[in-house]
Amino acid sequence: MRRAGRILAAAAALLLAACATPDRIVLLPDDQGKVGKLNVHGSAGGDTLLNSAYDTATVSGGKAQRSTGNAQDVNKDFGGVLATLPQAPVAYTFYFLVNSDDLTPESKALAPAILAEIARRPAAEVVVIGHTDAQGSDDYNDKLSLQRAQAVKQQLIALGFDAARIAVAGRGKREPLIPTAEGVPEPRNRRAEVLVR
Amino acid sequence: MKRQITACVLAAAAMLAGGAGRADAPAGIFKIVKGGVSVQRNGASVPATVGMPVFQSDRIVTGADGSAGITFEDNALLSLGPSSALSLDRFAFNSTTHEGAFETTLSSGKLAVVSGKIAHHEQDAMKVRTPSTILGVRGTKFLVEAGGT
Repeated sequence: MRRAGRILAAAAALLLAACATPDRIVLLPDDQGKVGKLNVHGSAGGDTLLNSAYDTATVSGGKAQRSTGNAQDVNKDFGGVLATLPQAPVAYTFYFLVNSDDLTPESKALAPAILAEIARRPAAEVVVIGHTDAQGSDDYNDKLSLQRAQAVKQQLIALGFDAARIAVAGRGKREPLIPTAEGVPEPRNRRAEVLVR
Repeated sequence: MKRQITACVLAAAAMLAGGAGRADAPAGIFKIVKGGVSVQRNGASVPATVGMPVFQSDRIVTGADGSAGITFEDNALLSLGPSSALSLDRFAFNSTTHEGAFETTLSSGKLAVVSGKIAHHEQDAMKVRTPSTILGVRGTKFLVEAGGT
């Protein structure tokens, strides 16, 4: 009797282990078709790198097993959660006159399109990120890039957008659209990115 | 000399913390809420709504009919499927330098992620944990299912 109980307990434990669903990680191509990388570190030790589309790690007992999945299975198992991903942010670029926070006339004309995009999104946010060219010090450019972002913010407010939803940031000369040597004037780098999220 | 180095390290750490945004700054915002979704914050549970901010240390829980989509300050996108629980363990982002940290734990359910500027700036600055793994994120779009036992 006691022996039968022990066998039953062992069988139950086996069944439980078999029923425990493993963790699953799937790497996907992004909306541009690019595939990134994921390092999967199992709690039992060991690293597994996922680096091509639909690479899948199945983790049970803290150990990862790598396999290749496909779009059909992903849609079947994860279609719901994928459909709930928010829309990717969209960026618009505004350009400035040299050494100033005055927009070029072409850029001023962009505002209505941005307002339309804002109206399309639930709880839309706007982030204005200012950039400069490579003339002048880091400090000068960090300040100028922020001034440019603030100038765009004022324009959006003047057009009736909620000030509380607009954030500003300055990236200085860290992220040129057209890479140049230090000190080179480049109008295409004197810009602000308006991100609608 | 040693004291001087310690002071420098402390000053640098304070500067980084300051530049990475205030602790009470939102990490993200709910953009999609379907069915039952709640946020556990400071010991209380509140229903999630579209437009509600998400903060570091929040735990987001979806019911059997629930799902949610959130955008983050670094442009990362996250969505949670039904019967899921996600803790936002750590979020810091410096919008000038793009330095930061983004760490979450999926204890049950399904999660979809498109990584943002934090992961792009530094390899493994974004991490997703499950009960049995730690994912170091090097970009960009991926899915996680916490099986549970």
